[in-house]
Amino acid sequence: MKMSLPKEPTNIIITGVGGQGNVMASRVLAGMLVNAGFVVTIGETFGMSQRGGSVMSHLRVSSTSVLSPQIPQGRADIVIALEPVEALRVLTKYGNPNVAVLTNSRMVYPMGVITGEFTYPTLDEVKSMFEKISAKNWIIDATSVAMELGNPVLSNIVMIGALAGTSLLPIDRRAFEKEISRSIPVGKHHINLKAFDTGAKML
Amino acid sequence: MSKLLSPAKTEVLFMGNEAIARGALEAGVSVVSGYPGTPSSEVIERLSEVARERNLYVEWSTNEKVALEVAAAASFSGLRSMCVMKQNGVNVASDFLLHLSSSGTRGGIVLVECEDPGALSSVNEGESRYFARMLEIPLLEPANFQEAKDLTKWAFELSEKIRNIVMVRSVTRMSHASGNVICGKLPVKFRTARFISDGSVMDPLRGPVVSTPVVIKHGLQQKKLQTAAELFEKSPFNSYFGPKKPELLIITSSACFLYSREAVEMLDLQKRVGILKLSCTWPLPEKLLKKYLRLSKKIMAVEEVLPFLEENIKVAAMGMLKDIGIKTFYGKMDKTLPSAGELNPEIVMKALSKIMKVKPKSLPASYLKEVQKMAPKIAPRAQTFCPGCPHRASFWNINTALKLDGREGIVCGDIGCYAMASLWPEIGFHTVRTLHSMGSGTGLASGFAKLSAFGLDKPVMAVCGDSTFYHAVIPALINAQHNQADITFIVLDNAGTAMTGFQPHPGISESAVGDPLPPVDIEAVCRAIGAKVAVSDPFDLEGTSKILTSFMAERGSMTVLIMKQACALSPEKKGKKQYLMKVNEELCLGDNCGCNRLCTRIFRCPALTWDRAKKKAVIDEVICAGCGVCYSICPQKAITRTEAAER
Repeated sequence: MKMSLPKEPTNIIITGVGGQGNVMASRVLAGMLVNAGFVVTIGETFGMSQRGGSVMSHLRVSSTSVLSPQIPQGRADIVIALEPVEALRVLTKYGNPNVAVLTNSRMVYPMGVITGEFTYPTLDEVKSMFEKISAKNWIIDATSVAMELGNPVLSNIVMIGALAGTSLLPIDRRAFEKEISRSIPVGKHHINLKAFDTGAKML
Repeated sequence: MSKLLSPAKTEVLFMGNEAIARGALEAGVSVVSGYPGTPSSEVIERLSEVARERNLYVEWSTNEKVALEVAAAASFSGLRSMCVMKQNGVNVASDFLLHLSSSGTRGGIVLVECEDPGALSSVNEGESRYFARMLEIPLLEPANFQEAKDLTKWAFELSEKIRNIVMVRSVTRMSHASGNVICGKLPVKFRTARFISDGSVMDPLRGPVVSTPVVIKHGLQQKKLQTAAELFEKSPFNSYFGPKKPELLIITSSACFLYSREAVEMLDLQKRVGILKLSCTWPLPEKLLKKYLRLSKKIMAVEEVLPFLEENIKVAAMGMLKDIGIKTFYGKMDKTLPSAGELNPEIVMKALSKIMKVKPKSLPASYLKEVQKMAPKIAPRAQTFCPGCPHRASFWNINTALKLDGREGIVCGDIGCYAMASLWPEIGFHTVRTLHSMGSGTGLASGFAKLSAFGLDKPVMAVCGDSTFYHAVIPALINAQHNQADITFIVLDNAGTAMTGFQPHPGISESAVGDPLPPVDIEAVCRAIGAKVAVSDPFDLEGTSKILTSFMAERGSMTVLIMKQACALSPEKKGKKQYLMKVNEELCLGDNCGCNRLCTRIFRCPALTWDRAKKKAVIDEVICAGCGVCYSICPQKAITRTEAAER
């Protein structure tokens, strides 16, 4: 039986900083949803555009049709962020009163913040901004968990596990296991499953 | 098993570029060549992974012109072949393409070009669709992922039918987007190559392959194009969506079809607006066009970037005025849509709402007000060189040498990640002053160096990457050497075509499919033309600056410095730290140092950050790549490095 989507189509944005594993997270999530029988359109850019800059993957999940690879402004349903200020950047452009946001708390300071030209909000400020412009929000420290597992780059999978834990989407551990059995080398299955499970329990 | 070899009838998630690659496999392609360039590179990358299983020859060629020649030889020998490049690659290949389209081809040959509207990963948003019109060859533009596969496959059949090359055009939002694709059958038989050239010059299959006699062959080429137009009239790849009598007809292609459909839905205009999606865009199928132009008095062309479709539709419409009547056209020419930058669903929606006089739904004013209040609190995140990037060290060295020299030398830039040094001056320490096409930095430098007779007497430098060196720099370098252009030429050799994902180039001892190949040594090439050459490690700041300073002082001949250090993201380096870096808080004087925070304001490594509470520099160990360079820049020696244990 095909599980149902929270909304037709469901628009998901995965965001972060170049190098955080954004593209891999979007592929894994999309693969899980395609396996479940949905039509998924992913929009993303890579190449020079990802070097140290903000990156975004747009996932559009539909029961029926291919959609524009760019989600129109104000129409994201779920935002998953590997970095808090990137969550805010996406929310202020693609958010709406019904959007749900799940973010990693680990900050990666933009160059302008390091040089002192700009300031970076505290986690409390981020949280209070989330409260104002989203319907639901979760902030988790995925990077610390990933580092305990041995590699900070696993934070993307911790986040996917946490997303499964929110029950916002029809995805579960079995779907994750099936997807990585195809897309990730066998030697890395165990550690990725562990990252997923840890993420799922963090909410 | 590679996803690209999924069995027939299975539904898989393919990136547009993977769908194109699968389409070529289903068509039985034998030879694939190209030069890496975003957003096109994954087509060849994915095919190289299945080359053995599918009996393919896959090659990363030195540049796009050579790549097209390699693919054409296969076609002349009866094989199916494909050549892949980014938009401006077609400019490079165009001289050969002009002659190829005139000589005609044999086995199906497809030129795939992936454009980058909005220049998301380019320094141009060049349009190559005009080449199809100018060089009189058919042009196909897939509008979704399934079509990217199916249309590519059909392009080979079309090419073989008309015996000429066919161009398939994609864009970033198609090539790098992904969607569901149902796979077709992979052929079980492979062709063998036979080059026959013993017939008459007029025999397309047995004669020598030449573009002469020019006028006759040109006429034949135009007949081929006519045949393509007739096939386009009946092609299932062109389709209409909408009411029988739309108030407005949108004519669109490629990703813009998806934007248009979404815009129509967002405004609930499905019953008032029709969409004619054309995937065969040159030559235009005029009968089909006539049928739909009749439906509505208002026509809007939605496309990226220039009004190619719009121009062609207008010209065609003039010829059929009697049958279709007077129309009002909307598009780029009347500024309804912008002619620069990429489109998206909102831009199309705004244009539609104006023409159709409907208001788009808006978010609650209170929500927008909150968002507006937050905007200034969100620090921008500009692109920058990655932690551990050799380019940061290289430009640091160049800047140091320029400052020591004191004559305000000119540095000409080139294409690669290091182009960021010209796009955002602070990233390259304000050194790089020009940026154009592949190899043009060296040609420009060669020119600047000849202006001393006219009063421009400054040291001139050019930088280029290793892959760029082979692609287009060599002729410029020979020019500089031969004409005694007094330049310091610097190769930023990071051991691969790094920006596009480490594709091998002629300096690498491995082919596209991982077979061993003899590398062509940059140093040997430079020495062979008679230049004075040195090699350095850019991470060795002292040693490199010394060589550069001495080179700049030399007059009368070209000097070459090859700065060798692999990209921090390269497979051999990624995730491995050479050094563990730390800031010794007792030695760091913070704002009181007098260095004006050289480490965190000037050097600009994302991993070298500022502890706002302690007011001292601090290393972000999660993103630090352990290159150790910052150890050499701190005047207080407060940044320490220790050799990392093997990981």
